[in-house]
Amino acid sequence: MKVLAALSGGVDSAVAAARAVDAGHEVTAVHLALSRNPQSHRTGARGCCTIEDSNDAFRAADMLGAPFYVWDMSAEFQEKVIADFIHEYSEGRTPNPCLRCNESIKFEAVLERAMNLGFDAVCTGHYAQVFDGPNGRELHRAIDPTKDQSYVLGVLTAEQISHSIFPLGNSTKVEVRAEAEARGILVAQKPDSHDICFIPDGDTAGWLSRQIETVPGDVIDAETGNKVGTHPGAQAFTVGQRRGLALGNPTGDGARRYVVDVDVKKNTVLVGPPMLLDINVIEGINPRWSGPLPLTGQRIHVQVRAHGDALPARVELTDDGIRVVLDDYLRGVAAGQAAVLYDDTRVIGSATISRSRRMENA
Amino acid sequence: MFPVAVAAMSELLSDPGNPSSLHAAGRRARRLVEESREQTARALGARPTEVIFTAGGTEANNIALKGLAWAQRNSDPKRNRLVISSVEHHAVLDPIQWLVDDDGFEVTWIAAQADGTITPEALQVALGENSSDVALVSVMLANNEVGTINDIAALTAVIRGLGINFHTDAVQAPMWLEVNFAELGVCAMSVSGHKFGGPHGVGALVMSRDCKATPLIHGGGQERDLRSGTLDTPGIVGFATALTNAVENREQIVARVRSLSADLIARVLEIAPDANFNGSTTHRLANNAHFSFPGALGDSLLMLLDAQGVECSVGSACSAGVPQPSHVLLAMGADADLARCTLRFSLGHTSTKADVDALIEALPSALDRARRAGVPRAKIGVSA
Repeated sequence: MKVLAALSGGVDSAVAAARAVDAGHEVTAVHLALSRNPQSHRTGARGCCTIEDSNDAFRAADMLGAPFYVWDMSAEFQEKVIADFIHEYSEGRTPNPCLRCNESIKFEAVLERAMNLGFDAVCTGHYAQVFDGPNGRELHRAIDPTKDQSYVLGVLTAEQISHSIFPLGNSTKVEVRAEAEARGILVAQKPDSHDICFIPDGDTAGWLSRQIETVPGDVIDAETGNKVGTHPGAQAFTVGQRRGLALGNPTGDGARRYVVDVDVKKNTVLVGPPMLLDINVIEGINPRWSGPLPLTGQRIHVQVRAHGDALPARVELTDDGIRVVLDDYLRGVAAGQAAVLYDDTRVIGSATISRSRRMENA
Repeated sequence: MFPVAVAAMSELLSDPGNPSSLHAAGRRARRLVEESREQTARALGARPTEVIFTAGGTEANNIALKGLAWAQRNSDPKRNRLVISSVEHHAVLDPIQWLVDDDGFEVTWIAAQADGTITPEALQVALGENSSDVALVSVMLANNEVGTINDIAALTAVIRGLGINFHTDAVQAPMWLEVNFAELGVCAMSVSGHKFGGPHGVGALVMSRDCKATPLIHGGGQERDLRSGTLDTPGIVGFATALTNAVENREQIVARVRSLSADLIARVLEIAPDANFNGSTTHRLANNAHFSFPGALGDSLLMLLDAQGVECSVGSACSAGVPQPSHVLLAMGADADLARCTLRFSLGHTSTKADVDALIEALPSALDRARRAGVPRAKIGVSA
């Protein structure tokens, strides 16, 4: 197959591309320039597109003997990922930009361009597996549970999965690093990237405060309705958050209080004891299906965070998405995050969490 | 590289002589450098003392632009305006931008015609009513992207007697055009070896003795104190040999390459009748064919043609390798989308009809696929 390998400049995508070459594919490498500084026509920006990353990707492609190009996806990334990230926060939700990037950049804009240019598939260094199943190609968890990235791929449609290659899904990170060393890939010991790539210093709240106009508002006790403090702007708060509340007057019992709700319209942050965060019903919109739709009432597992547990639940299809009823209570679910549904290791699909609540006798 | 230049250069690579040394090996090297200087001067219509060897065109441009701007401002502090063509190579644009951003100069960009030409009228407009604040004018002799040739003598006539320094980046020229430094009337001119069959990393700044420049590089005081550093004797000999060879064979090389490029242009336009042929039809480098293909991104085409063994260029890329919309096309009035749909086919002295045939064979399917992949939206501001 003619395969387009996306090289980030990191170790995973380099080894993935090397394995695609070994598998006999005709591999062309691209580095995606996702962010850049518009003031300088000559300088790549920070975070997603540093010159070092681009050079590392170039050197990895050299090692593989693959032609290498840089694709400028910065306009798409700005619109579909960064602007969406800001918009979601400004609405009081907590988005996952990596998911959005996979959904609209890597496996949408890039895949589409690749297919039009004559490629058969896109190869990335994500830890996930694709198998042939009775209903076509299926997306499954990687064998390394600490690295499994099927959650951030939960937005891929069946069509996108059928044109995706994830050569690392059957390996552990330790194996991949060792293989990179053995192959002489220079970035073998480069640290993993963790944070949001366009906020390289990791200070999401500080970054957001420069993007969203915030006004100080009240912190309200969810149980009594009393004002218990002030906050610099509701948008920067996430349900489940405990740090950064700076409440002057502690509760009578000294118990810690958490953000239990964020109301951007009223500019209020509601706080309360952790018990108020315990929910067992999750509603999701904008569903994306990786294969056949689940049946209403079907037993599934749901994951609501990139490295969260898979929780037993049953799913119901609704007019605009899904409702998931958990077997047990779950603490602190933020709207905007993705709920990814699994059938054992297989990804069924995902939805964006619009609301979560507590239902007795669910 | 021309084989004669390879031979002349490689013969010297094992010779350790430093032209600045006083012993026999040093004298031998110095003689070779000075002979090369004389050859270079002869080939470019200059005096030997006007030739300053550098490590390439970018270095020559930096030494000239910064050095002349600084010296002018030092002698007359109100001369702090730079008047620069808007279609220059980054090796001029970026030193100028640095002088503006970090060194207190101002810049006026000279507007280009739709074919990329800088006219005396446009220079006059950029100079304005009062040019007593202007330190430096820089206009390239021939454009690296679209191949348009400027009438530098007509441009220098505009500033004669005004006390303004004129620099021209002539890197694209010597292979294809007669270049006569004295007749151009410029104060400084940059050339680079790799553009006329010489080695990479060797260039020259030709600078009139009447022009004062403040040195950028300090050290042993070589090259009129303007380019300190041990001279690269083999590289300089390779440079001068290639330049001499290019000049001696220019007529024949140009005639052959001009007919190849005429064939290429006609056949490309036959395949893509909607393509824009960019640049001047009359005042253009013989080896340059530059097109915009509406609806087909330049870097898509480059990638597809590269896979077929056809090597061509888009405008330019940033240090991270991101293809940029061509600032040259933008300055020529093209819209932002079209400026990203450009491709340059440069022929060299070794190009053959078979090379043109290979391109013509690969182009239709590449165009088809590139058009299918389309043109993503033009850049929008990124605040991250």
